[in-house]
Order: sequence, then structure tokens, then C-alpha cells
Amino acid sequence: MEHNHEKDNKSRRTFLDKGLKIGVLAAAGSVALAKVFGNKTDEILDEETVELMSMDGTLMQVPASQVEVHPEKKIDYNPREGFPKRKFVMVVDLAKCRNAKKCQSSCNKNHYITGDNAWIKIYKMQDNEKSAPYWQPTLCQHCDEPPCVKVCPVDATFKRRDGIVLIDNNRCIGCRFCMAACPYSVRIFNWSDPWQGEMAESIPYSPDYSGVPAQKGTVDKCDFCPHMIDKGELPHCVSACPNDVFSFGDLYEDAVTNGSGQTFQLSKLLKERAGYRLMENLGTQPSVYYLPPSNRVVEFEEGLENYTEFKSVDKTDEI
Amino acid sequence: MNITFDQLVDDLAPKKFSWKGKLWVVFLVIVILIGLYAYIQQLRQGLIITGMRDYALWGVYISNFVFFVAISLVGSLITAILRLSGVHWSTPLTRIAEIIAVAAIIMAGLTIIIDMGRPDRMLNLFIHGRLQSPIIWDVIVITTYLAISILLLYYPLLPDFGILKTHAQESPRIRKWYSTLSLNWSGTNDQRRIYSRSIQALSVLIIPVAFAIHTVTAWLFETTYRPGWDSTNFGPYFIAGAFVAGAGAVVAVMFVLRKTYGLENYITDEHFNKMGKILVLLCLVYLYFNINEYLMPTYKSTEEEAVHLRSLFTGQYASLFWTAIIGGLVLPVIVLLFPQGRRPLPLFIVSLAVVIGAWWKRYIIVIPTLSHPFLPIQGVPESWRHYSPTWMEWSITLATLAAALLIITILVRFLPIIPIQETAEEKGIIRVTQINES
Repeated sequence: MEHNHEKDNKSRRTFLDKGLKIGVLAAAGSVALAKVFGNKTDEILDEETVELMSMDGTLMQVPASQVEVHPEKKIDYNPREGFPKRKFVMVVDLAKCRNAKKCQSSCNKNHYITGDNAWIKIYKMQDNEKSAPYWQPTLCQHCDEPPCVKVCPVDATFKRRDGIVLIDNNRCIGCRFCMAACPYSVRIFNWSDPWQGEMAESIPYSPDYSGVPAQKGTVDKCDFCPHMIDKGELPHCVSACPNDVFSFGDLYEDAVTNGSGQTFQLSKLLKERAGYRLMENLGTQPSVYYLPPSNRVVEFEEGLENYTEFKSVDKTDEI
Repeated sequence: MNITFDQLVDDLAPKKFSWKGKLWVVFLVIVILIGLYAYIQQLRQGLIITGMRDYALWGVYISNFVFFVAISLVGSLITAILRLSGVHWSTPLTRIAEIIAVAAIIMAGLTIIIDMGRPDRMLNLFIHGRLQSPIIWDVIVITTYLAISILLLYYPLLPDFGILKTHAQESPRIRKWYSTLSLNWSGTNDQRRIYSRSIQALSVLIIPVAFAIHTVTAWLFETTYRPGWDSTNFGPYFIAGAFVAGAGAVVAVMFVLRKTYGLENYITDEHFNKMGKILVLLCLVYLYFNINEYLMPTYKSTEEEAVHLRSLFTGQYASLFWTAIIGGLVLPVIVLLFPQGRRPLPLFIVSLAVVIGAWWKRYIIVIPTLSHPFLPIQGVPESWRHYSPTWMEWSITLATLAAALLIITILVRFLPIIPIQETAEEKGIIRVTQINES
């Protein structure tokens, strides 16, 4: 599995572009969702094949020539409404996380984070003395009952129909009530001018690309990367992870795709691996599911050398 | 005590500042100017100039806001509750209470703006306001309370303005103001009827609004999941605490004013005795709510609550916590149970302890909770784990306190501290000219 992340980067990028916008003919009559890529790790076939998933979750190889692609025209969507008929979810496989922190550095870089608090953090967790420690990547949980949205006095932070919780930084008054309300501590505040440099500041502001450009005196957080989804690509953390910890997808399609481009049936994955959500007891209904750190693929100790208790944004990394 | 109406007016009419008064005003203005400088820095550089960060996301601004809201509740206590229950001894204290209430509620509003990251977008609260948010509830009840408090200060002043427009030893310009503000008060029966019915109505109205302002303020915290705030006890607990703080403030101000203006004939030792009794009762009620607030979570000691409570009882905040509880609540109760403790000077000292204790109690309610989130604090600079206010933050906070005192001082300069007309009526002193006129 080591060479997974070396796979053609392009394949990850094409996840939604082709995968979700594909119309399937012939072989797979009952196919709901597909993921397209020429898989170099499988036995080489003369013809390029396409991996498709049937409704019951079995993967099959179908010759590419038999698959008909219906390109959808890009929808001009309203950032407050979200993508129509979509419901985004994420699965975080704790058994695979070794605190490589590539998710964090990629997120920091692509959202031009200049503060001291990253939007995605890899917590060193240990539930009790006797149980084993594990690494827990934690980002905005994009709750279906978001406590932050509930308390916002000006409708600056809002919940979209596709499940994403965003912030309108042009409207935020900086009261920080949402930060107090969030039990996952994922919200950060721009205490000073962000000084992100010309690159970020030249991009026109839209709530669906958080932090670009960031605004002094307003709140920011993980946005589930709608600006990437719009391009048919995976969120930065998902594609940056070398260990396929993250899978991202659509609840309605019951499918999630990891950074290597493998697609799984969401319901089956959660059932088989006993998926859970953080602080279920609070009733926040998060959109992020965790797979428990059992039958680990990696050792916890491997991550220790990367662990920085007092730092999550490496400013030397940046341009 | 036999005095004529004119003597009474001379005693109670507002006085020009002595050199001490002027010095006091200069002192307050300097404190405010320092705070203003710090606030301009905050506007320029952002809230980075404070000690707040992503975990300690609220600080002294918010605890100071809660303190102001608490103090402002006193207006409803002294003026409305005592008025409605037909208590007359409190007449000389009503105006002091209302002045404090108005000053405190104005500063509560300003303090919350100071805490905002984007004060320039304040109008969004009205343009995009969402009724689901407790902050909007707060905006609504605070403005309502401010309006009713100003009316409740103003209406009882009408007859006094009527008196002052002729009697005041003031410049014609100020007397003209009194005349305008008196709304042509001449004391006719019609006017009196409207006057007393309006005050009656306002006294009834202000009580639920006063309860609402502090309950909603408690809900700002209670609506979150955080240990230390997640308590069904918070509303009544805040209100009980507010009455303590407000009553303490009234005692402190009435002591200072009595001494400054020689009002011993009007604010008597008996007033202090009675206020002392009220204060001890309020302290006991608040103590009861404190026991509810801390004992039951301690008994259960769920992991999250236990971490929070340990930091209060034996940890980082222990000295503040116990000083506020013992110095600001338990000791005052013990002292005030003795009649000697309710003499003016001891009561004044106790009231200062109560008010200062109340300020720090708000700090203890707001700040420690934020250092104990559900997920561990990792990946941020070590200094972010603890909150300590910066000097700029302190100067801004002190400036808001000074501004509240300045508002009180200015109102004391131009308004009769003790209602003239009401006192005259209660003492049975008749205005001679009035009889002649009618």
C-alpha cells in the first residue's frame, strides 16, 4: 500500500469531475457511483479499465470503452445555498493516521493561514490510562445541528443544503459567540491583520473559499473546500494525506473516496468498521465520521517525532 | 426636624463641584483618555492587543459587561420593587439607584461593542439580526431596559425640575434647561394623576425587563455546552448576584454623596441600617445559589466538570475564587448580621468589598471555563492556554468603569440626588407659593 500515494496525482483530481458526473452504460446497470482511473497497480490490461461500484458495494473493472461519460455543465451555484442534491460527508480512519501532518500543512498552505492555530489539528489522544493512544485529525465537523449557526446573531455563519457550514466574513461582527458555542474548538479568530501576501489578497472574496483573503476581526474555520469540490477535486487534506486517512464523498450517493482514489460504500464502511462521530451525546449530528483506531496499519509511536504540542502552523513552510 | 420648603430646596438642589469634585472629574477624564488611546490601538491593530486568543476567546471585556448588567439591575430593585410594595423609607435612595442603573446600562452597551472584532459592522445586528441568537435577545432587552430606566429616572424628576427652574442657584442657561425639561410641570391634579400612573406603570414594566436583561446575559453562557456554563441554575444565579452587586453599589454611592453634600438629615443612619439588612438578605440568597451552582457538579464530578472545578477550588483560580466567595459574600454576611456592622462606615467598607468581589466573581464565571474545552488544547503557543489581560485591556476596562462613574458624577451635578418634591410631601412640608397660586 506504500506506493498508493505515488499514484498519478491526476487520478485524485478527477474524482468528482468524472466520477460523479459519469453516466454508466452496459455492464453496470445498477451502478450508482463510479470512480475513474487507470489503475497501474492492478494487472496490466491492454485496454484501460474503469473501476465501478455497484449498489451493494462490490467493485468491478469495466472497460473504459463501455462507459459513457455525460459531462454536466458546471452549475453556477449560490455559495449560501450550496450544491444542489448533494450532502457531503467525511470519514477519518484513525487506524491509518500516523501524524504525518500533511493534511495540516496542505490546508495551511492552500488557505494561506498566517495565524498560530491551524484549522485542522491532529490531536494526540488517549481515552484512559490503560487504552492505547492514537492520533485524531480534527477539523470542522460540519454538524447538521450546528451550535455555532444557532447562536450567530447576524447569520454570518450558516448551514448549506449540501451540509457544509460556512462563514460570511463580510458579515461577521466578531462577537466570537460561535467559537464559545462550538464544542470541537475548530473555530479560529483573526486577532490581527492576517498579512497573507498579494497572492491571497488578490483573490476575490467568497464564503466558499474560507480565509482567502482573511479579514481582521472575523472568524475562520475549515470550509470542507467547496472551491475544490466545484472543480471536481477533493478537499486539500484528503488529497494531501499519504496514508489515505481521509475519505470524502456524498451521503446521498453513499460513497466516499480517499486520496488514492479508492471509493468505498459509506454505509458498509461505517457498519464494518463501527464508525462513530465525536461527542454524539451533544446532538450536534456531525458530518464527519471516525473509524476507531483498532487493527492499526501504523504504529502510534511513528507520529511522535512529528508531534508539536505548541505549534500547528509552520511559518517557515510558506512562501 | 422643622424646615421650610425653601430650606429643603436649598439643601437638595444640585451643587456646583468643589475643588475635590473638580479633581475627581479630572481624574476620571484622564483614566478615560488613557482607555480611549488603548481602544484606538485596538481598532487599528485588532483584538491582538488583548490577552484573548482562540481558546480564551472572551476576557475581561465580557466579564466587565456582565458586571455592568448586574449593577444596572439595582434600579429596578430599589425604585420599582420597594415603590410597589409601598415602602416609603427608600424615597431618598430612589434617584441614586436610578442614576446608577442608567450609567451602568449605558456602559454595558458600550462594553459589548468594545469586545466586538468588527464594531464597524454593528448595524448588521439590525440589518441581519436573527431572533434565534441570544445576542439579539440581549440587544432587544438592553435597549428596552435603557429606555425604561431613563424614563423612570426622568418622570419623578418632573416636579423637581419645576421647582428648580425658579429656585436654583444656577446660571439662567441651566435654569432654562430645567424649565424645558420640566415639561411645564405646575402640579395640577391632572398632571399629578398622569405622573403617578406613569411611574406606577413603569415600575411594573421594569421588573420583568430587568429580570430579562440578566437572565439573557446568563443565557449567553448557558446556551453553550461548556462545563461551568452548562447549568440550569444560571438565570436565577445571575439575578441573585446582580441584586447583591447593585445593592452594594447603592450603599457605596449613598455613603459618598451623604458625606460630600452633608445630607445626614435626609440619608440617615437608619437608611444604612435598612440597606444593610437588605444586603445581608440578598447575600444569603446569592450564597444559596452559589451552593447549588458548585456543590452539585462537585458531588457528581463528571470528568469535564471536575477539571473545571479543581481549577477553581484548588488550582490556578483558587485564590481569586475563595477571595470572591469569602471576602465578597461570606464575611459581608457575618459583619452585616451585627447592628454595629450596619452603621454607615462599616457598611460602606462592606459594600466596597461586595462590589469588588462581584466584579471578580464575574471574571471567575467567564474566564476559567474557556481554558477547559472538550478537546485538548494542542498545537497553539503555550501562552494561549492561560488568559491574562494586557495593560491595554485593563486600561480600556478601567476607562469603562471610570466612564460609568463620570456619568453618575455628571448626573449628580445637575440632578437633585434626593427627590425634592417627594421628600417634601413625605415630610409634610408645604410649598407656600403653591397654596397662594391655587
